[in-house]
Amino acid sequence: MTVLAQVRSWLDERLEWDDLIAPLRKKTVPRHKLSYWYFLGGMTLFLFGVQVLTGILLLLYYRPGANEAFESVQYLVTQVQFGWLLRSIHSWSANLMIFTAFAHMFSVLFLKAYRKPRELTWVSGVVLLFLVMGFGFSGYLLPWNTLAYFATKVGTEITGQVPVVGRPLMIFLRGGEDVTGATLTRFFGFHVAVLPGIATLLIAIHILLVQRLGMSVPPRVESEWTVNPSARREMKFFPNFALRELMAWYVALGILGALAAIFPWNLGVKADPFAPAPAGIKPEWYFLFMFQTLKLIPSKIWIIDGEVLGVIGFGVVALLWVLLPFFESQETSRPKKWITGAAIFALAYMMGMSIYGHLAQ
Amino acid sequence: MATSLNRKSSKTRSTVRRFRVSRFVFASIVALLVFAAVSPEPSAAMAGGVPSGSTVNAAPAAPSANANTPASAISAPASAGKPDTPATSAKSETPTAPAAHKDTCLDCHSILPEPLGVTAEKFAEDIHSQKGLTCAGCHGGDPTTDDADKAMNRKAGWKGKIERKQIPQLCGSCHDNPAYMRQYNPSLRTDQLAQYHTSIHGKRLAGGDTKVAVCIDCHSVHDIKPPSDPRATVNPVNVAKTCSRCHADAATMKPYGIPTDQFANYSKSVHHDAITKRGDLSAPTCTTCHGNHGAAPPGVDKVQNVCSTCHVFQAQMYEKSSHKDAFNKANLPGCVVCHSNHAITHPTDAKLAAGPEAVCMTCHTKGDRCDQARETLLAGITRLDDAIKRADQELALAEASGMEVSQPRLAQSQASDALTKARVTIHSFKKELVDADIQEGLKVAQANLMAGQKAMAERNYRRVGLGISLLAIALMVAGLWAYIKEIESEEPQEVMVKGAGD
Repeated sequence: MTVLAQVRSWLDERLEWDDLIAPLRKKTVPRHKLSYWYFLGGMTLFLFGVQVLTGILLLLYYRPGANEAFESVQYLVTQVQFGWLLRSIHSWSANLMIFTAFAHMFSVLFLKAYRKPRELTWVSGVVLLFLVMGFGFSGYLLPWNTLAYFATKVGTEITGQVPVVGRPLMIFLRGGEDVTGATLTRFFGFHVAVLPGIATLLIAIHILLVQRLGMSVPPRVESEWTVNPSARREMKFFPNFALRELMAWYVALGILGALAAIFPWNLGVKADPFAPAPAGIKPEWYFLFMFQTLKLIPSKIWIIDGEVLGVIGFGVVALLWVLLPFFESQETSRPKKWITGAAIFALAYMMGMSIYGHLAQ
Repeated sequence: MATSLNRKSSKTRSTVRRFRVSRFVFASIVALLVFAAVSPEPSAAMAGGVPSGSTVNAAPAAPSANANTPASAISAPASAGKPDTPATSAKSETPTAPAAHKDTCLDCHSILPEPLGVTAEKFAEDIHSQKGLTCAGCHGGDPTTDDADKAMNRKAGWKGKIERKQIPQLCGSCHDNPAYMRQYNPSLRTDQLAQYHTSIHGKRLAGGDTKVAVCIDCHSVHDIKPPSDPRATVNPVNVAKTCSRCHADAATMKPYGIPTDQFANYSKSVHHDAITKRGDLSAPTCTTCHGNHGAAPPGVDKVQNVCSTCHVFQAQMYEKSSHKDAFNKANLPGCVVCHSNHAITHPTDAKLAAGPEAVCMTCHTKGDRCDQARETLLAGITRLDDAIKRADQELALAEASGMEVSQPRLAQSQASDALTKARVTIHSFKKELVDADIQEGLKVAQANLMAGQKAMAERNYRRVGLGISLLAIALMVAGLWAYIKEIESEEPQEVMVKGAGD
């Protein structure tokens, strides 16, 4: 008996290991020409894992506080062995994770994977995407550099536009009237404690639902398989799909390493709250479409403030987005076309506005 | 008993208090009287801007008659500030604040053509008008009457158009009076007239030349603005243009036989650029070197003093140089010998070289001891300049590669400071002094260059590490793919088909 088999036997005697992993043994994954989209969720999970790991290591050096934050990051990237790699991977991985999360969401949308019975998987996923953006927003401020400082100032100002609760919410986020050291410690708390706690719970629910309900088959493939049952293909989740996922993770790791080594994340200049805001200040790319939209809305629409209307609009769209599966037809064979149209419009709008925002002065 | 005592002491306290109050009032009155009696100047409090004690201007003679006395200075503003006739105002000993009054001058003059016309809008721009003075303040007369004959009655003090030769004295009648000017602007100098008398303009005017500049030629008239106003003709930005109105005009300057290229030359200078392009109002314009009211060309031996008011360190170094004595002996104008006067361009190291911009070789002979010293100094400066540029390039390359080099980047300013210092020390023409600055700069630049090279070496190390890691990842992916293919080829075909494996 090999050592591995001995360990397995030991665990089985105590935890009934074989029963525990039995569902995984039985679990299969549909195999068709669009199967590769299934890897995006796993890749997002992998990048989240990278974030947790590098985040813990960054915590060993990072000191929250207006007088120490920038210096601690500067020390990390210039003096600590592989400190630069740590920070660079954390920053790049955050951006890639947001990208893969968006890509995963749109793939689910276009492949109609949100349909019954996977409504809750969608809801948990979209909420997770919002959380990931919250991670990005709170983490961006932590190095306390000029760009981060002013982007946070602008971002929290937009939060203040929300009717009724906006101003209290802005003061809560900032820890006062202005973006100060108090905001930094607060964002640090959100970034390393509050958000990871909620995200871990939601990820557990999301994965549990995926495992419980299995992978969705796109309607077109489903109808092909219904017409021709012999065309139906599946692969075992373990090891066939898991090994493929592992390959995807390795590819993600390679891309991450290359980006971190060739384009180390810039530290910038320490924030000076008394300095004027740099010209053309813009948020991170994933907030750019919203920022540009708010910039383009006229200052007054009828008697309502344009920015307030924009913020309300985004709030309503976000809510509808979360509830999207509940608007879908119950009949698998006749999905609602307008939802696909809305998804195409949303993707085109986000991409167009982001490019416009990037190019705009 | 106790109550009676208390009442008594209360009465005593009240009497003492009354005595103290009356003593204070008495002392104040005595002090004021003594002050009024011994004060050599009129009281600062004046009626409508009129110095008090103005009994003298009962007959408002032209200020030139006795313009240097405060008494005569009063004549003009007295009538300006008060609606009374000059004669009446002269009798007034009690100063009052300027009051709203009738001013009929503009009724006619605002519609008259030039040179008699002055629009109300134009005069409203004038600082004097804004401070409450009226036409009568300078021109005399009675602005309260609608009768032109009464208003412009020479016997009643009307002066009409002020003769050019009288203008400095008229302006000086107020501007030369510290007590009078203090009420409008306590920090304003009151030596303009005295300075003007020392100027070339003033001297020539005294000699009967009325073509020379008088107050209104530079400050304008009827719309005089304070120098701080960017629209003022004497605002630092506009001074050169104001002077050039005469000094760049060949016809005006012909009788004096002085050149007219100063403005054209100054317009090309580094000083002009500083004041007009960079908006540095402290940069020198004509009046900075020549003086304003006391304008005169600085003497040949005084040029260094003029330049050193700003270029302090250069002047200190020049003091140590052998050029100082040599230039003095040859009656050469110090700084101007190498830098020229009005057309001072940005000094470059080429001035120290042997090319067309070189200045040394205009006096020195090629190959002589001084020429060799020049070459050594230039070589030192060039070496430091090159070292800074090399370090800059290396750090820029490292920064473009994403390396964190902000600290050596910051330290580069120390090397640049040392180079600037060396360029200043050059004015001493002492090798050991210049070398000390150059060595200091070289040390910093070298350290920064090494920091840049280290950052680039680190970048290369990272890329090698990345290459190895990517190779390992590629091998792993290929291995996994091969393994997947292997296990899938071993699996029975029916497992791949839904239902067959169930």
